Amino acid sequence: MKTAVSTQTGASRAGSAGRLSHAGKRIWTSRYLYLLILPTLIWYIIFMYAPLYGAQIAFRDFMPALGITGGKWVGFKYFIQFFQSEYFGRLIKNTLGISVYSIVVGFPIPVILALLMNEVRGRFFKKSVQTIVYMPHFISAVVVVSLINAMLSPSNGLFNQIIQLFGGSPIHFMAEPRYFKTVYVLSDIWQSAGYGSIVYLAALTSIDPSLYEAATVDGASKWKKLLHITLPCILPTIMTMLILRMGSIFTVGYEKIMLMYNPATYETADVISTYVYRRAFEGGEYSFSAAIGLFNSIINFIVIIVFNKISKRISEVSLW
Amino acid sequence: MEQSKKSTKIKETAGERIFTGVVYAILILFCAIIVFPLLHIISGSFSDPMALLRGEISFWPKGFTFSMYEKVFKDASIWQGYGNTILYTVLGTCISVALTACAAYPLSRKDFYGRNLFMGLFVFTMFFTGGMIPTFLIVQRLNLLNTIWAMVLPTAVSTYNLIIMRTFFESTIPFELVESASLDGCNDIVIFFRIVLPLSGPILAVMVLFYGVGLWNSWFPALLYLKDRAMYPLQMVLREVLIQSDISNMAGSSGDVEIIGDGLKYATMVVATLPIMCLYPFLQKYFVKGVMIGAVKG
Repeated sequence: MKTAVSTQTGASRAGSAGRLSHAGKRIWTSRYLYLLILPTLIWYIIFMYAPLYGAQIAFRDFMPALGITGGKWVGFKYFIQFFQSEYFGRLIKNTLGISVYSIVVGFPIPVILALLMNEVRGRFFKKSVQTIVYMPHFISAVVVVSLINAMLSPSNGLFNQIIQLFGGSPIHFMAEPRYFKTVYVLSDIWQSAGYGSIVYLAALTSIDPSLYEAATVDGASKWKKLLHITLPCILPTIMTMLILRMGSIFTVGYEKIMLMYNPATYETADVISTYVYRRAFEGGEYSFSAAIGLFNSIINFIVIIVFNKISKRISEVSLW
Repeated sequence: MEQSKKSTKIKETAGERIFTGVVYAILILFCAIIVFPLLHIISGSFSDPMALLRGEISFWPKGFTFSMYEKVFKDASIWQGYGNTILYTVLGTCISVALTACAAYPLSRKDFYGRNLFMGLFVFTMFFTGGMIPTFLIVQRLNLLNTIWAMVLPTAVSTYNLIIMRTFFESTIPFELVESASLDGCNDIVIFFRIVLPLSGPILAVMVLFYGVGLWNSWFPALLYLKDRAMYPLQMVLREVLIQSDISNMAGSSGDVEIIGDGLKYATMVVATLPIMCLYPFLQKYFVKGVMIGAVKG
């Protein structure tokens, strides 16, 4: 053991020049691969890393005429301004509120859907169900939101017709702050639960059938098999998806919210990213908005690392 | 076989039969929840606008008419939007798939020196980005604002798709094939185009569809980067018509906007969504395949 180590260090001391040329040789043999990857690398530098460099305007008084590095350095001024603003609490509350609501209500549904579809034996029925439940995923956000508007319309929307049928009075769902989160989360489930189940169906098909056969011989019921074979087998997939979902707990899809909300519902609908958009493009406050955006990125990054650590400890599932 | 099937059927207890019944019932209910709103929109779009206004339409047209569609088809901005969207989708998909494939292949090669460095550089951007404002400023600095390039370049590469493609290459292209080709004097670029790509039909289809649907449905980059209304993609036109209820153009002088507004909107939704809905069942297997490859190593 000792001799092995000493020869190794000896070799490395003697041949550090040799190793360098070894690396050079490997780079040379990969030269065509570098050429292939180059355009994409340039894309990442321009559209991912240059904005990262540009994020320094969060610490500057940005003036469009002076460019990214031209504004005066002001340190954490805009961060502090954001933390002290009356909107800070509201934005965090709304962002987290929508995320937690959608995780609690929405996360289990694709899992359940996949488990149900897995129980179906008829091929035609299974295929039809799959085609239908994946479908809403392909409808654009603009059309989905107008579909919501149509269904919830106080004058002729289907929901209000049902409410009236039972003697209630019509509710203007899209104009009342207290309904916003529910409408957002439920419509999200409508659109993406089916498509989200594909991942779990993939995990389900990889379960060894002999496990079920053995359980059947032992006289286990379908319910027992579901509980003791199926669920444990797809648990790693569930955990991975959960970490990913938790990691984006401070990110709420602003595209759909921007289509759904209006000043009447800002109180419960405004999230960090929509606020960033409004302050920058309607208010012209680029530095302030960039500071909020950067704050959001950092929080996201910390959250995903923390959840990955937790998951590693309790279930040995890790993203990296 | 038939015998064994029968015997399991006999073995199926009452409890199991109830279990199966509940499974089917829940699935049918879920499908109904998805289909009913769509049916309502379609029937509404073919109905007499007065009946729609009075809330008489549920899942079947009343006073069947094509008049809403006639008005939608006459609207120039819808067609212009369609044209722009097709242009952005075709160009954008070509660029995106090319950039993704050309990077995914080297990253799939175990002998590629610096593989982990590049992979780390790319994956990092999945978890940390500069944000909306700095990205906008970069696009502005590059003088891309209000050009077609602003629609296709800033969102060209999805790291998630890149990982899917790399996983595909790793698992389906045998290294021996690459080795023997390079012994025959082919360099890696020739190998990529002559050997790897021809073997990668399914994954290319997956990528075309993932990027294509994304581009077709996107509206936010247009809001950020385009000023010229004539360049608006379909989704931006739809946003004005459907969300901001700017339908006076479409309604024309003939009808009362108040009365035919909803009918026009419904017909517009159908016109905008129908192409994807009709194509999707034929392409479904590719989407499923893509998600499944992604699930292997997320």
